[in-house]
Amino acid sequence: MLITCPYCGPRDVIEFTYQGDGNRQRPQPASQDLDAWNAYVYERLNPAGDHNEIWQHSGGCRAHLKVVRNTLTHEISSAAFARGDHKSGARHKAEGKS
Amino acid sequence: MAERQSPERQSPERQLPEHLSPLEPALHPGSHGNFEHGVDVILSETKPGSILQLAAWPGEEKQLISGIRTVTGLTLPDGAGGGSTNGVRSVFGFAPGKFTVVDEAEGLALAFADVVTPAIGTLTDLSHGRTAIRIAGPKAEWVLAKFFAIDFALPAFPLGAGRSTNHHDIFAQIQRTGADQFDIYVFRSFARSFWKALCHASEEVGYEVQ
Ligand SMILES: [Zn+2]
Repeated sequence: MLITCPYCGPRDVIEFTYQGDGNRQRPQPASQDLDAWNAYVYERLNPAGDHNEIWQHSGGCRAHLKVVRNTLTHEISSAAFARGDHKSGARHKAEGKS
Repeated sequence: MAERQSPERQSPERQLPEHLSPLEPALHPGSHGNFEHGVDVILSETKPGSILQLAAWPGEEKQLISGIRTVTGLTLPDGAGGGSTNGVRSVFGFAPGKFTVVDEAEGLALAFADVVTPAIGTLTDLSHGRTAIRIAGPKAEWVLAKFFAIDFALPAFPLGAGRSTNHHDIFAQIQRTGADQFDIYVFRSFARSFWKALCHASEEVGYEVQ
């Protein structure tokens, strides 16, 4: 399985570390919304098909990546930097701008 | 950033501790392996005086690149993993917004201190933390291809460019510093083990240690 790192190019999966389900939305640290925390910790889509995932190119440039992997075929249909997107996404949510 | 003494008070030579090579017990100059029909790779330790890692905050990459040019005189080509070398100093990108800068001379961190300001990014002096190993010769690509799952061919890995990868969990930064020459930066604590493996891998082609 190859993942095409947006910085390093195509690399063997052995260079990458799985960082978990990319669909999760972490509540704000001070949040007391137990349902939101429960969803963050336990709820998974577990799809048979395309799955949003977070991987780190730990054996290369060490960037965190948003990867779409097909759980049936292991086909990687996209890999992009997770950085800017997640940062701004979290901030927008906190400010209530969606 | 740690406090450092001003250059006026002490010369860089006096400030910096002596470099000790971790390869020393395993570095045996001369020809080895299957060299009867010629030596196809040359292995050496380049012992640069300075190895720095520079990182730009998001949005400050251009400032950092221009600072690198100011201090070293080296221009970074556009694109991921781009780099250049003039034989004395070398620079290459190894991650988004991050660069390794190497100088034969010691004290490069001092020269960057006023250039990489806290507003632009960070500077980490790895001069004693990394060991630089050079592999050169017609079979350098061949030997490295046994170690790393990346494309070493010149069109895919141009002169001056850098790559971050690893061999059996030993993280390595590799820069192409010649048509058939590569400089490999590994953690100092793993360097001797890596060196021994590199020697074994070079036996079949015949190698010389300089
Ligand atoms: Zn990468």
